[in-house]
Amino acid sequence: MNDLATYNFAYLDEQTKRMIRRAILKAIAIPGYQVPFASREMPMPYGWGTGGVQVTASILGPEDVLKVIDQGADDTTNAVSIRAFFQKVANVAVTTRTKEATIIQTRHRIPEEKLSEGQTLVYQVPIPEPLRFLEPRETETRKMHALEEYGLMHVKLYEDIARNGHIATTYAYPVKVEGRYVMDPSPTPKFDNPKMHMSEALQLFGAGREKRIYAVPPYTDVVSLDFDDHPFEIQSFDKPCALCGAEDVYLDEVILDDKGGRMFVCSDTDHCEDRRACGHAGHMLARQEAAE
Amino acid sequence: MSTLPLLKVNDLSKFYGSRIGCRNVSFELYAGEVLAIVGESGSGKTTLLSCLSTRLMPTSGIVEYHMRDGQYRDLARMGEAERRFLMRTDWGFVHQNPADGLRMTVSAGANVGERLMAVGDRHYGNIRATASDWLERVEIGVDRIDDQPRAFSGGMRQRLQIARNLVTSPRLVFMDEPTGGLDVSVQARLLDLVRGLVHDLGLAAVIVTHDLAVARLLSHRMMVMKDGAVIEQGLTDRVLDDPREPYTQLLVSSILQV
Amino acid sequence: MATPLVVSEVAKSFTMHLRDGVRRPVVANVSFSVKAGECVVLGGPSGVGKSSILKMLYGNYGVDEGQILMDHDGKLVNLATAEPRTVLEVRRTTLGYVSQFLRVVPRVSALDIVAEPLQARGTPIEEARAHAAELLSKLNLPRELWSLPPATFSGGEQQRVNIARGFITDHRILLLDEPTASLDAKNRAVVVELIAEKKAKGTALIGIFHDEEVRDAVADRILDVSAFSPRKAAA
Repeated sequence: MNDLATYNFAYLDEQTKRMIRRAILKAIAIPGYQVPFASREMPMPYGWGTGGVQVTASILGPEDVLKVIDQGADDTTNAVSIRAFFQKVANVAVTTRTKEATIIQTRHRIPEEKLSEGQTLVYQVPIPEPLRFLEPRETETRKMHALEEYGLMHVKLYEDIARNGHIATTYAYPVKVEGRYVMDPSPTPKFDNPKMHMSEALQLFGAGREKRIYAVPPYTDVVSLDFDDHPFEIQSFDKPCALCGAEDVYLDEVILDDKGGRMFVCSDTDHCEDRRACGHAGHMLARQEAAE
Repeated sequence: MSTLPLLKVNDLSKFYGSRIGCRNVSFELYAGEVLAIVGESGSGKTTLLSCLSTRLMPTSGIVEYHMRDGQYRDLARMGEAERRFLMRTDWGFVHQNPADGLRMTVSAGANVGERLMAVGDRHYGNIRATASDWLERVEIGVDRIDDQPRAFSGGMRQRLQIARNLVTSPRLVFMDEPTGGLDVSVQARLLDLVRGLVHDLGLAAVIVTHDLAVARLLSHRMMVMKDGAVIEQGLTDRVLDDPREPYTQLLVSSILQV
Repeated sequence: MATPLVVSEVAKSFTMHLRDGVRRPVVANVSFSVKAGECVVLGGPSGVGKSSILKMLYGNYGVDEGQILMDHDGKLVNLATAEPRTVLEVRRTTLGYVSQFLRVVPRVSALDIVAEPLQARGTPIEEARAHAAELLSKLNLPRELWSLPPATFSGGEQQRVNIARGFITDHRILLLDEPTASLDAKNRAVVVELIAEKKAKGTALIGIFHDEEVRDAVADRILDVSAFSPRKAAA
């Protein structure tokens, strides 16, 4: 049954895709540098991933396999909606398995599975400017990036330590890319920062409302900012995943009942399913099976 | 004392259309010298200070600065990156309103430490120690290091601004009415502090003020400006005690005795 | 140099622009010299220009004509035409001045005011303060006052701080403007002694003393400044 409305492949017209691709190429050529682009009106409001969607739409081809995650999960409303959107306007194959995807659009997490050459990770970015909260003037922040004046970034970290005894920033932790530009990795937990370093995959960042695209090419130096005597550290969790027993992954807290019961499970749902399929079991799973 | 001037100003003029900001100003400033630029409102002293500190581009004339590597550089020809770097390291600029020269929403320690972080210091403990040191030198209690300047009095803010400027051991400091707006007793304290620091650190300074007492206390040399022109200059005590020009005589005689 | 100070054909007048440009000549054709170890007293009636000459010698007043030559560290400097920084250097090492009035700096103690000229020449603060204490003791300034800023001192107390500050260094030329004006007999005698010590060290002194006793005790030569009166010069 034909719909009355038909869409160009991946919703955007070809000229728009060219414009965005040019911005992407420029971004790849200058790792970490925020390239302005003519962000289009998308069929979802600002704040719902329009930047990521535009980047994905511009690089998507009929042969691609798309995975969309939101806070690590494939099954939340946003992930489901965006995945459905691309199925409709591009008729592209979709998957929840990280290993099988060629393009992964993500909101606020990097998959636990190590990415490989040929894969592209597209991040949804709310505020691309890492200095924004310290220096509200766009004129000033542009100059700071241009002149590599990043003292202010360390001022923020200094303040953290002065106030909290340690660097309290736990997500959107600023990084220095290829030794030149300071970049906001999007609100991913700092736990994920090391994954950005020397990744085999191409990492693209899109901010729709702020109209900026930036990129980290494969095999690029990405170093989290810190102090010599307060080095960058990632979060660690006391217990492994309650469902699959994975250690060294980022866990989400799930409230179980109104008596304070809670469990910690993998934020990356695909990773968790994978492990369980291979026979790993966490203590909650074991208990469930015992109950059955 | 060095035999080469730190700052060479030649025939500096700034016009706003046909309106004169300042005209034909020439002088040399040596390391350790404090020059007061004195005049009433509209005399051109603030314009001159802005041109010297590269905040404004002059209409004509040259300002040359003796860099640490021994070269003289024409400040107008310097790239912006270099100029900004100079302003953060070798120079200081103390604003009349301290809020203009501070980050009000960041702690005192961070305010003082920012320049250090800007030039690559990466050891939190050392930065904090240096900041504490400087807070002490400007007589701010070290226990206020984590407080924001929003909670400070005017005098304290001004002293913090001074510390923020001096932490990178600049050789030249510009000051725009540093005691303007402060209570008299607070002024006295600040002036004494500035006098001491300038002396201890061998700073060269250009201080704009309308207050002749400030000029007398802080400066070695003085320039009197009127309608954009320098009408008299020389040794401070000579200009104040033996004024030659009519306007200078008028200024000096107008000081109220207490 | 045996004659550290030579004044040659100096003239000065004031033009009072606030009084319609009235020109008041002060002195003309001032010429004299002072030898090391000599104390020359400037004499003459009040208003004849004694204080003005002293101030010109210090660089505090400008000079219209003539030269004020000083031996500054083996070099000859003409103070009348010297750059401000040269004048400051000369003041720091060669030329001292005890003025009539103490200009008070807020918050600095009497002891530190006296110690400052030594400190400016590189003497460590503790040593400088020790010397200052010595002088202030000699001048009988009560010990309790040493740590206080002199703003609230009496005229005599301020004068003694001034004197101590002027005498603490070993400047080769010392200018004294009524140094004993507010002092009692005991302290006047101390000043006379201090001057004698300076002379013995080879310092050239030029002073104005209204007190005849002191003048007679210290003067090697009295120079009548009325000889430099502009009317006389014109005649």
